[in-house]
Amino acid sequence: MTESSAMSSREAILSRVRGIVGEARDADTVGLEWAALPRAYNAASAADRDAVLLRLIDRLHDYDAQVYRVSPEEIAGTVREIVSLLGLTEVLVPAGLAQGWLPDGVAFVKDEGFSPRELDRFTAVLTGSTLAIAETGTLVLQNLPGQGRRAATLVPDVHLCVVREQDVVATVPEAMRRLQATAELPTTFISGPSATADIEMTRIKGVHGPRFLHVLLVR
Amino acid sequence: MSGGTALNPKTAPPFPIAATAMVGNTQLRKNVRHATDVIQAKRARVVGEMPDWQALRDAGSAVREHTIRNLPFYLEQFERNCTAAGGHVHWARDAAEARAIVVRLAQEAIARGRTAPSIAGRPAGEPQGTHPGAGEAADGVALQGEVIKIKSMTTEEIQLNRALESVGIHPYETDLAELIIQLGQDQPSHIVVPALHKNRQQIREIFLREMKLEHLGESPQDLADAARRFLREKFLRVETAISGANFLIAETGGVCVVESEGNGRMCLTLPKTLITLAGIDKVVPRFQDLEVLLQTLPRSATGERMNPYNSVWTGVGKGYAAGDGPEHFHVVLIDNGRTEVLADAEARQTLHCIRCGACQNACPVYRETGGHAYGSVYAGPIGAILTPQLLGMHYAQSLPYASSLCGACYEVCPVKINIPEVLVHLRGRVVEENTGGLKTITNPEAMAMKAAGAIFRSEGRFRAAQRLGRMGETPLERRDGQGQKWVSWLPGMLGGWTNVRDLRAMPQQTFREWWEERERKGAPAGEAG
Ligand code: SF4
Repeated sequence: MTESSAMSSREAILSRVRGIVGEARDADTVGLEWAALPRAYNAASAADRDAVLLRLIDRLHDYDAQVYRVSPEEIAGTVREIVSLLGLTEVLVPAGLAQGWLPDGVAFVKDEGFSPRELDRFTAVLTGSTLAIAETGTLVLQNLPGQGRRAATLVPDVHLCVVREQDVVATVPEAMRRLQATAELPTTFISGPSATADIEMTRIKGVHGPRFLHVLLVR
Repeated sequence: MSGGTALNPKTAPPFPIAATAMVGNTQLRKNVRHATDVIQAKRARVVGEMPDWQALRDAGSAVREHTIRNLPFYLEQFERNCTAAGGHVHWARDAAEARAIVVRLAQEAIARGRTAPSIAGRPAGEPQGTHPGAGEAADGVALQGEVIKIKSMTTEEIQLNRALESVGIHPYETDLAELIIQLGQDQPSHIVVPALHKNRQQIREIFLREMKLEHLGESPQDLADAARRFLREKFLRVETAISGANFLIAETGGVCVVESEGNGRMCLTLPKTLITLAGIDKVVPRFQDLEVLLQTLPRSATGERMNPYNSVWTGVGKGYAAGDGPEHFHVVLIDNGRTEVLADAEARQTLHCIRCGACQNACPVYRETGGHAYGSVYAGPIGAILTPQLLGMHYAQSLPYASSLCGACYEVCPVKINIPEVLVHLRGRVVEENTGGLKTITNPEAMAMKAAGAIFRSEGRFRAAQRLGRMGETPLERRDGQGQKWVSWLPGMLGGWTNVRDLRAMPQQTFREWWEERERKGAPAGEAG
């Protein structure tokens, strides 16, 4: 395939579309029309903070995630407990993770752009998060300091994720508004551990992603 | 390995013939019914949680309509923004062109993998470029390379796997259901749960044989574990991935993939090259629009509040985000008949589809026949309207008739596509084509359509027809053990239906009559409306 025939396919498709729906209109006109689209759904929730947090916990449990409610000072201790329960000595962390979250006695290995095979060496990874959505039990991670590359939270079998209560929103629309400013970053919405229902509609945890999700919800 | 007879509407038998064969397959029907029952019940529960569900449907429908009306603007905007973020956008008019582009990009990626001993930013010493060429295809031709694939109906639509294999590139399907289909040399029968027609015993047999295992348990967990082991090694090794897309975001040039297993995330983030194939209808205006679609798609598709994993990425990432995911990213935008659909103003709403599969689960015809009878990767009500339009009406002429027009599909569609309306419109086009465009009524089908049209256009006639129908079928009714009335034989053309199944007798009271009576009597307080 040559460059010119590729060009002509582009032109062929676009001119056909234009021939049917008309020339592309200017950005302002399209923008005004978009802004006027009906959006009568609930953008925010009237529920109080406690109800929102309890809903998040309920949804996370529904997906078989473990939830720990902790104060900022208790993060490192809780991490130590989970890690020792799993019998691990080593945990993968992204660059920029808060130092105070790391307990003594556990080796934290910073992700330096490890290859897939090297990532496979790690059983657990510890990260922060951008926000969480109560309504759907969803954690959102982006490529930011403390959250790291998408691959790092994917290959290890256990994901320990720290969520600050102030970053919990009630609804999906609230989450999307908060994410708008960083919409171009690689973003992953995580709702419970990896799961499938492809075999007789039986829900099975952990097909390819992490099989265990531990959420530390910080006051 | 992905052989089998591909679902090709151009060569598939007409729906009534294929369906007759399927209706005889008791196991398949049982599997399909079980799966669709489970999803429907889950869907109803999580949709019921949403007090604003109808408002979300309205918004979804409006966003899709607005996008399609402004398609030139949004396609160009997506292309500009994706390119600015380091992605490469390609355009393909038809399946052949799309196959050629993807195959070329895959070959280039594999060649790059061979020549680059180490890539900056990745530690040296890691085995690089040693894997392609390993292994042999069944026919003894040395494989030239491998790619991993995320479940994608668009790649099925263009029959990409066969094209890749013909040049010696082996595609590994990584979605559990697609893996079952690929290893079993089968075809997908549902757009969301492609292997729902297989039960665990059948899957176990396929895995034992194809993964060359000695022992394998029979529980879904055992089977999923086997798939995990089988695929993990591929995820860590293969450096080129091919995906579909759920949404292309014009505003940012980003791409969104919604999935459950994590295989999608593996393909999107681990390989060095990612090739994404998407229909030109997949574009959405803004990032914010996902707030509607991410609420309606998972609930409609799998009955979950949210899919376990949704990924959004833009090009190859800039600044801090560089190195998060592939170094080379391509999007192939494909028409393949979509502009034909666009050209038919009455059927255009077909392009609003977000491929949730809810209409399949709700459709009584699909539930009886399973997906393969539709002769296309798009089965069920959406397939019945999409396939004939994508391919031209002369193929798949019988598909617009593969529906009882009961309206269940419209009811569940998260973007409110009026499928029955489109079906009736397409039936009109079929009749027109068969009568050479002449409006003269020459065949019984056309006559029946015309009569039905007249009936449906007038409320009075519709009621009269219902009364007539009730009277007409009375002599044919018989009661079963529960006292339900059934009709097991209908005269003439209608007999095609009763040849293979019984028909429930028409109720003595129509919904309208019931409703009017209820209004007269006064509805009980608090009854759900
Ligand atoms: S037509 Fe509607 S219900 Fe059917 S798959 Fe498309 S979006 Fe879903």
